Order: sequence, then C-alpha cells, then structure tokens
Amino acid sequence: MEEKFAISIYVCNKPGVLVRLAQTFARRGYNVDSLVVSPAHNADFSRITVVVQGEPSTYDQILRQLNKLVDVVHASSHQTTDVVDREMALFKVSVKPEQRAEIFQIVEVFRAKTVDITDQSLIIETTGNSLKIDALEKLLGPMGLVEMVRSGKLIMKRGLEET
Amino acid sequence: MKKSMNGAQILVEVLKNQGVECIFGYPGGSCMPIFDALVDAPELKMILVRHEQGATHMADGYARATGKTGVVLVTSGPGATNTVTGILTAHMDSIPLVVFTGQTITPNLGKDAFQEADVFGVTMPVVKHSYLVRDVKDISRIVKEAFHLASTGRPGPVLVDLPKDVVSNEWKEDFKTEMDLPGYQVKSRGDAKDVTKIAKLLSKSKCPLLYVGAGVVISQAGKLVKKLAETLQAPVTTTLLGKGGFSELHPLSVGMLGMHGTAYANKTVVECDLIMAIGARWDDRITGKVSEFCPNATKIHLDIDPAEFGKIIQPDITVNGDAAEILEQLLPLVKKLETKEWLRKIESWKKKYPLKFPKRGGLRAQHVLAELDRLTKSNAIISTDVGQHQMWAAQFCRTIRERQWLSSGGAGTMGYGFPAAIGAQLGNPKEMVVAVVGDGGFQMTMPELATAAIHKLPIKILIINNRYLGMVRQWQEMFFDNRESGVDMEGNPDFVKVGEAYGIKGFHLRRTGDVTKVLKKALAYNEGPCIIDAEVVKADNVFPMIPAGAALTEMLIDEPPKSRKLEKPVGST
Repeated sequence: MEEKFAISIYVCNKPGVLVRLAQTFARRGYNVDSLVVSPAHNADFSRITVVVQGEPSTYDQILRQLNKLVDVVHASSHQTTDVVDREMALFKVSVKPEQRAEIFQIVEVFRAKTVDITDQSLIIETTGNSLKIDALEKLLGPMGLVEMVRSGKLIMKRGLEET
Repeated sequence: MKKSMNGAQILVEVLKNQGVECIFGYPGGSCMPIFDALVDAPELKMILVRHEQGATHMADGYARATGKTGVVLVTSGPGATNTVTGILTAHMDSIPLVVFTGQTITPNLGKDAFQEADVFGVTMPVVKHSYLVRDVKDISRIVKEAFHLASTGRPGPVLVDLPKDVVSNEWKEDFKTEMDLPGYQVKSRGDAKDVTKIAKLLSKSKCPLLYVGAGVVISQAGKLVKKLAETLQAPVTTTLLGKGGFSELHPLSVGMLGMHGTAYANKTVVECDLIMAIGARWDDRITGKVSEFCPNATKIHLDIDPAEFGKIIQPDITVNGDAAEILEQLLPLVKKLETKEWLRKIESWKKKYPLKFPKRGGLRAQHVLAELDRLTKSNAIISTDVGQHQMWAAQFCRTIRERQWLSSGGAGTMGYGFPAAIGAQLGNPKEMVVAVVGDGGFQMTMPELATAAIHKLPIKILIINNRYLGMVRQWQEMFFDNRESGVDMEGNPDFVKVGEAYGIKGFHLRRTGDVTKVLKKALAYNEGPCIIDAEVVKADNVFPMIPAGAALTEMLIDEPPKSRKLEKPVGST
C-alpha cells in the first residue's frame, strides 16, 4: 500500500537542486503530491516542503539518498504532531447572485475569505491544514466549484528546534 | 598586483595546484581555449585519446591503480555525451573522476546551438555532483570543490561544464576562495558505542565471515583487514571489486563470492553465523535471492555511505565511517575466536570443490589465466573487460594487494578493460599491466591501440578470443534452449594483424602446449604494447554459477547434465 509522507528539505540555493531531488523521487517510483520551494531565512539556502506518495519500505532509503545529495544540507521527515502545517487554497465557484448566501455561510464557518466577486462567480481564499481544505473542497464541490488551486503543504517544527 | 588571466589559464593553474599529472582528452571547438592554455603547462601531460569513452576509462583505470583522481577534458555536444558510459562506470564503482566538458557560449545555452548538449542534465543521475560554470570568477572555487568531492567520502565522478566564453573571459584570480559545501560532510570515525557492540557480536560468533568490498581498497584498509582476520581467525571473502583488499593467497581467504564466486566462498556465506560487510554493498550479484540470503546470520555493515544501510538487506548493526578508521577502533576490542571447527570445514570445502577446468578439448581460457597468474606471481596489475573472461580472470588471477585489480563491476561496461590498462600503466610506469579482454569488448575501444602505441606503454593485451559473446551464449545455452541469438562474432579481424597496423607486437596462441612459452615471451616484451591473441575453445561455460535471482544454495558447482532443464533466472541479468 502506498502512503503519503511530508519531508522538509534545506538546500543550497543553486541551479539544478530541484532536478536532483525530483530524480531521487522518480527513480524510486515516488509521486510528488505537492512541492513548495522558497528562499530560507538565509538567502543562500532554500527551504522545500514536499509531500510524496510511495512505498513505505523505500521511504528510509529515499531520505538517505536525499541527504546524500551534495547540495542538500538536511532532509527530514516529521510527525504531524511535532509540526505546524498549513496550506493555502483558492476556489473559483460559478454562482448566480441569488445563490451566494449559502456559500457565504460556508465561508464564514470556515473562516475563509471572499476575494473576488462577479455576477457569475466568486473566488474564495482559505488557509489551514490540508484536512480543512479538503473539507471545504468537498462542500463547495456540488455548489458550482469550477477551479481549485492549492499552494501545497508548508510545515514548520514547533518550538525553537530547526525544521 | 594580481595578474589577469583567462578562465582556461585559471583552470590549468588549479589543476597544477591539485597535483594533476595527466589529462585524458580530446579537443573540439568549445574547449579550444583550454587546450591552448595547456600548451604553456607541459607538466600536465595531455594524453590524446581516439574516442572520449576511452578517455574516461583511462582516467578511471589511472584512478583505480593509483588512488589519485582521474581527469578528463573533452568538448561539448557529442564529445561530452561520449563520456557518459565512462562516467556511469566510475559512478557505479565509486571511482574519483573529474570530467571537464566544453560548452557553447552562455548566451547560446538552451538555443540548440551547434554542438550544444545539456550534459549537466544528461549526466545528472550518474555523477556524484556536477557544475555548469557561469562566471569566470567561480572557476577556481568550483574546480577545488570538484576534486574534493570526487576524492573524499565515497568517491565518484564530478562533471564540470565550462562554456567557452567563461573560460575565455579575463579575471584577476587570487586562488584563495574557499570551498563552499555546507551540505557535504564526511564521517570518518565510527560511533564508539556501535564499534563496541560489533566487538561483542563478534565475540559470540563461532562461524564468522569477513566480507570485503571496494571500500577496503579505497581506504587502503587491507593491512587492517589482515590483522583483524588473523586476530579473530576468521575467513575472508572478497567481492569482485574488493579483490586486492585481502590477499587471495592467504590461508584465511576463500576468494571471491557471488554469482561466479568460488563454491567454498558461497558455502561459507551460506553456513556462517555472522557476516561483516566492510565497504561492500550487498550487491545482487552477491546476495542472489535476498529473502534467502544468510537468514540466520548476524549481519554487520560498515560503510562510508549511510545510504547503503538497509538498501538491500537489513543489517543487525551498521557503522558509518571510513573502513580503515573503524577497523583501527575495532582491533583493540577483539580477540581470537573459537573457529577451529569452522576453518576445518572450510578447508574441506576447498579440497572438495576447488576451481577447476577441463584439461582436454583445446585451449582453455582458464588455463591461460591460471598460467598468467603463475608467471606474474599474482603481482601484475590486471584490468578486465566484461563477460566470461572477466569471471575467469577473477577466479584464476589471484590478487595480493590493493589497486591491482581493475574491473567494471557495477556497470559491467564492455570496452572498459583495454583503456583502463592504459591509464593504469601511465600511473604506474614501472609495474606490469595486463589487460585481459574478450574479443567482443576489445573491439568496442580498440582504436585506443594508437594511444598505447604512441606512448610506448608496455601493456600486455591478452585477448581471450572465442569468437563469441560468450557470457550471453552461455545463458542462451543454459536457459534459452541453446537458441543462439546475436552472439557469433563472425567478422572478427586477425588481432595480431590489427596490432601490426599500429606497429604493435603480436603473438598468436592456439595450442595448450604453447601457453607458457608464448606468455613468457609476451611478458618479457617491454618496448611497447603487445597483443596475445589466445584463440580458446568456442563454447565453454563459467562455473560455479548461481543463476540470477536464485538463492546461494542453488549454486551450480559444475556443468549440470544436459538432461536437466534449468528454469529461466528471475533476477535482472
């Protein structure tokens, strides 16, 4: 059975790093679910959060292979309880003005935001853990959801310890 | 005041500082500035090859035989892609290479310019690390890093792609920039607690086995392995690449293990109660069917590369570090084990299942190689190609010291053996170097005869010529109902005449009775390379053999009776 894993990787900000990471996953049959790359606190480095799906038996091997890459400073996996995880999503809903009220209710309950509005559509923005976004997607689905964009998961270790 | 130099001159300066002696290369448009700079650096010997694949194998042979980093310089596009096979070969066997490739000028990158190839991308899965240099200011630092990465930790090939404008630009270089590798750490000493645990596990073993791989050769830990084996009174087996890590003449040696290893080595593996891998990676040629590999033995794994831990088998304990350092830590903690019974058992296997070959029916490769071993006192540097002759050489050419055995193990690259011997001889001008090759593989890199001839390298090229791709033919005979397909080397040239065309001395060897005489003559010939064309029996098979993917207990010690139908192997190749 395949499983999902969230890995945070701290890398040198150099060309080709992303390709090397992608090859490490692809060669072992891992599929990348989401990938977030951004400059780290120190601009010479980048922080990457990647969610991958694959065989649990190969997972330790993948972490070791990632750590072996010259440009990877460290790659580590985290328990969900040790980290704050967040994702942002935008939903485009096709909706006529007379049906907006029901959607606004959902937006409020989820503490989401409406960020664009036309006579035929709404764009809703939300931030939260991935489960919350999944739930919102499920609710909006039958109400005219036409497009969804998710940022991919970000994780940060709780406390003072480095992610 | 610092002098302004162009990028190529900076490169050459760093190569000199790195102690580079020779460069294996082939020029072309985009690397012309570098070849130009080499004119002013006669101390860097430029070995002009005949094909870029040859250059990488020569650099690899040089590195394996000397322990120094091999250097390759080629042009962009096809020149660069021709190095890929050699880079793979070095990558699979952890050989330190730095490969410099020319590249089109930076404004042309990504525009399908003439002789542009994304060699940085093409080689990415087969290098330890790689660079595309975009600024002349970075050359000095990057080249320093490249040599450091190639040669430390688990060695490997590093590629440096050099656009022509970058090596043409001027810069006042002070050569003082430090390396910048925050993601690269090498652990050399083992964790003391774990080393103590190993000593404890060893002390409980009655049937131990030391399993020695290339890591021992790379870290020059042979002496320490010998000390450990003698202290423990434990037998030692070596992998194909570990050959030389422990003398095969030593009474505690059981020779090579694995697919075509000795029967007694594999029996020792099957019956041991503890197996300790020292710089070896439980390759599929060695474990056979993983689930049935030493199911009851305690498994210890020492390796400099932690990514090898748990990759194939789950060891009971692992220690990350350099083989020599860990053995230094371990030695004071161990003492003699009660292994008399165990060694007696192994001795009886050695007597019962020796390596052997038929004495009749024509000239046998095994006979030629056993005689080569005898005449060279097991002391020559032997490079091999890939196939039956390689396995026979591994069985019959015994090794007694590190860096004496050069063979493409992981990649199994045909065409490796002869150019590797050129590199080895250039690095060791005073030693006897013998290239044992097959008639198939030799023809893949045969144009390098010119390279060997112009430098008058006294390499002995021993062609085990059966006019067949013998290993494939053996498999077709054993597992594919003897349906021969694409294995007949009809059209082979007369190799002695080919040699003559290059001004190279040649010897025919056709009869069993002539083996000693011809080999003696060839080994004594030192004015340049020579070819010994040993026309051996056409259809001979390598035994013992463990069919790919089978358990070690299913080893075929001898040719099975023709009536026995063998199942097709389930392993990869």
